[in-house]
Amino acid sequence: MDRQLICRSLAAAGVAAAFAVTPFAASAAWEPTKPVEFVVPAGTGGGADQMARFIQGLVAKNNLMKQPIIVVNKSGGAGAEGFLDVKSSKGDPNKIIITLSNLFTTPLATGVPFNWKDLTPVAMLALDEFVLWVNAESPYKTTTEYMTAIKGGSAGQFKMGGTGSKQEDQIITVALEKSVGNKMTYIPFKGGGAVAVQLVGKHIDSSVNNPIEAVAHWRSGALRPLCVFDSAPMPYPTKITATQSWQDIPTCKSQGLAVEYQMLRGIFMPPGVTQEQVDFYIDLFKKVRATPDWKKFTEDGAFNNTFMVGKDFVEWVTKAEGTHKTLMQEAGFIAK
Amino acid sequence: MASNGKQPAGAIATRWVEIGVAVALVVVGAIVILDSHRVGVGWAPDGPRSGYFPNIIGWILAAVGAWIVGETVYRWKSLESKVFVEREQLKPVLQMLLPTIAYVALVALIGIYVASMIYIGAFMRVQGRFGWLKSLAVAIAVPVAIFLLFEIWFLVPLPKGPVENLLGY
Amino acid sequence: MEEIGNLMHGFAVALTWHNLVFMLVGILLGVLIGVLPGLGGANGVAILLPLTFTMHPTSAIIMLSCIYWGALFGGAITSILFNIPGEPWSVATTFDGYPMAQQGRAGEALTAAFTSSFVGALFAVLMITFLAPLVAKFALKFGPPEYFAIQLLTFCSFVGMGREPPAKTIAAMMLGFALAAVGLDTMTGTLRMTFGQTQLLQGFDFLVAVIGLFGLGEIFLTMEEGLAFKGKSAKIDPAVVLRTWAQLPRLWVTSLRSCLVGCWMGVTPGGATPASFMSYGMARRFSKDGDKFGEGQIEGVVAPETAAHAAGTSALLPMLTLGIPGSPTAAVLLGGLMIWGLQPGPLLFVEQKEFVWGLIASMYLGNIAGLLIVLTTVPWWAAILRIPFAIIAPVIVVICAIGAYTVHNNMFDVVMMLGFGVMGYLFKKLRYPLAPLILALVLGDMAETSFRQSMLLSGGSMSIFFANALVGSIVTLAILLLCWPLIGYLLDRWRASQGRPKRA
Repeated sequence: MDRQLICRSLAAAGVAAAFAVTPFAASAAWEPTKPVEFVVPAGTGGGADQMARFIQGLVAKNNLMKQPIIVVNKSGGAGAEGFLDVKSSKGDPNKIIITLSNLFTTPLATGVPFNWKDLTPVAMLALDEFVLWVNAESPYKTTTEYMTAIKGGSAGQFKMGGTGSKQEDQIITVALEKSVGNKMTYIPFKGGGAVAVQLVGKHIDSSVNNPIEAVAHWRSGALRPLCVFDSAPMPYPTKITATQSWQDIPTCKSQGLAVEYQMLRGIFMPPGVTQEQVDFYIDLFKKVRATPDWKKFTEDGAFNNTFMVGKDFVEWVTKAEGTHKTLMQEAGFIAK
Repeated sequence: MASNGKQPAGAIATRWVEIGVAVALVVVGAIVILDSHRVGVGWAPDGPRSGYFPNIIGWILAAVGAWIVGETVYRWKSLESKVFVEREQLKPVLQMLLPTIAYVALVALIGIYVASMIYIGAFMRVQGRFGWLKSLAVAIAVPVAIFLLFEIWFLVPLPKGPVENLLGY
Repeated sequence: MEEIGNLMHGFAVALTWHNLVFMLVGILLGVLIGVLPGLGGANGVAILLPLTFTMHPTSAIIMLSCIYWGALFGGAITSILFNIPGEPWSVATTFDGYPMAQQGRAGEALTAAFTSSFVGALFAVLMITFLAPLVAKFALKFGPPEYFAIQLLTFCSFVGMGREPPAKTIAAMMLGFALAAVGLDTMTGTLRMTFGQTQLLQGFDFLVAVIGLFGLGEIFLTMEEGLAFKGKSAKIDPAVVLRTWAQLPRLWVTSLRSCLVGCWMGVTPGGATPASFMSYGMARRFSKDGDKFGEGQIEGVVAPETAAHAAGTSALLPMLTLGIPGSPTAAVLLGGLMIWGLQPGPLLFVEQKEFVWGLIASMYLGNIAGLLIVLTTVPWWAAILRIPFAIIAPVIVVICAIGAYTVHNNMFDVVMMLGFGVMGYLFKKLRYPLAPLILALVLGDMAETSFRQSMLLSGGSMSIFFANALVGSIVTLAILLLCWPLIGYLLDRWRASQGRPKRA
């Protein structure tokens, strides 16, 4: 099996080399002619990076494309570097970018000039959920108990950890504060994994980690999920701990905390590409999503497995942009 | 730093370079201070603001820079004989620096592979006085090895230009 | 002991023929990656990761982690030979490694570097084998104030007045801090000192600075002497390995201290790069030849290399037990674990025994194999210095340019590298020290972030740095180390005044 694998990788390199000398291979539909650069506007090891590298692997493993995908991290300026790079690669069909919420938050918070309208929308791959977590040794068993405690405490007494500043985690925190009617102290960290560990170590009181970032600590009994910031519970009935599955986590709304938020895991291309080129990638991601590995990946990470393309996707993004603008305006996060 | 009595003609005196660098430090310090004031230099109730530390750093940098300027001026006479670099030393340094600047410009224009070929080949031929054959061999072998290593095996894209595009990359 | 049984089982898992082949492939690739500044362990692991999906997870992680060991070994090579750190953690190795190479002792420096790397890794693996659960618990105690305390300790152990003028030392350090502040302020999401330039968004990466200041700067300096390498006289002599080994045992205190520093920094996770600086700083401070550091002391190679490798190895522990990666490479490995269907976290040691102990066993085997491989290549590496400078100089410049470019895939970084090269030349000639600048650039951002996180936690009160025994003792230790030269000076004066008659 292993030897076969090495052979295959050599063959893949050979194929790549062969394509190098015949760039204009005649074919009906458009196909990438060079290795496809997959830009990640975030650092290595984060959620978007993991998903991009996973897709890179899936495509190679299942031979979904003749050219290889190359993952490139451009995380500077809260992802602005990556978006600006794609924006300036007008008409380059061999470049795609995976997005986080920073597609909306970074231009608003920093004033760096880009907007999703500068890019070509391709597809929504999934939505990432947010769950309210506390340490398992804390006395708060339900959302209501925790909210009551925050309300009863002094302003800023409870500490919420999150990834980055003026980004999704802090937006949720501000919405939560508004719903509860008391201030929390928001402490920004570099990555979601670090936030979860800080919560395990009891340096903070709660977090809004994505499921995949905190699931290991939940299983080991160190963290406790209180509620999910979605309109419906996550549809995964497999037991994670002895008694609970993702499905058993109630929505925050049902617990009297009227906050909903999901993060876009979407694909965009540079401006000025043809519909034919966009269609190739839509088709590619349809194939990716059909694999059993993808199903397992989304289940492990409890992703909201919605797929959207074309007009639906554009409408969704437009709406999401509006929501972010309102939320960030209310929180005072907009750059002057 | 050679200091053999009287300064030979055409050499650059250390004191001037010293002052130049120190003034540059003061300028950098000033820029840092200015920008820190833009983002706020205070100490908010929940800790220092964005510009708090940079502001302090800017002031120290500017102060130390000014100190070095002052010290150099104070010792101006005694520094007279100190030579930063002599002409026959400066020449090879410039022979390295100028082609390197040209090389970086070339990389931006025509990609790293062709630029490296020209740079290595020209350097070996002109500075090292190697034969055409040897210069060409190294000039071609190194970029090709780099190309195989980075683009093909490790899939790390490097800057490319029209020649690579023509070949389909 | 249960661990021994598990480990033996692990050896049985790891010691199959095809796993040994993967190990060798991994080490060789890793050394290659470590040598070239443009490729990091993260690249190698990321590229090979997709190929491993169809492999058995244990074989896959053995090969991938061997790339990691190889890269740790390989990082020292270019540091010693050309003053260009192949990896961030080998910056401190240049301080004494490069002078040794210039004196024609490249083989000695390389042997010392490789051997210390091995010792550091071995120590860390022993710790992982026997103390994993305990150490994981210790790592959980680290919140923002503790991180800040460690960064302070790193700084204090390294700083200290060298031979350079104090004003210039301070200037270099402040310049480093100022450069570190450029870019996005993670605490508030505001942009600092970018002046609307999108090129400056990502800030100044320390690798770009190091490649310019050290690598290019050194080439310009060398050019003053004409087209010649100082280390040209290096003889190819296989016996150099044995001769160096004979010198190493007397440095056991430095080794042990560096091992402890490295493990501690790897677990917490402070990272391999600060670990190497801290270890170098402490070695210089406590060595009786401390004032000769920077002139080619073998101890100055042993200390950072031991600590870097110990940190790099022990960084895998928090990754496996807590799911937090201690390095970018560990982050990519972490992604791999998830794709193989293994969930890193506290339960991994319980649920995936075969995988975990296979990995730990491969750490032993991989490092032994790595040491053997790199030691046999010592004479060849040293022989590179015999290549005429007119060939090697442009090739080094090309490799530097690639190294700078790949940090952010950004052409602007190459231009900055050139700027740093000129700066390195000027600073070296005007006796501005470069090490404090680099250290400030590495630590500045991290230290500021954890300081401000602590301030958020405490509501702006400094008392948080003495809030518990752990953070309090680290801070106190840091302050003591900072004042060490002063304390030593006062002690000397006091002793002297005892011997002399009282002043009137």
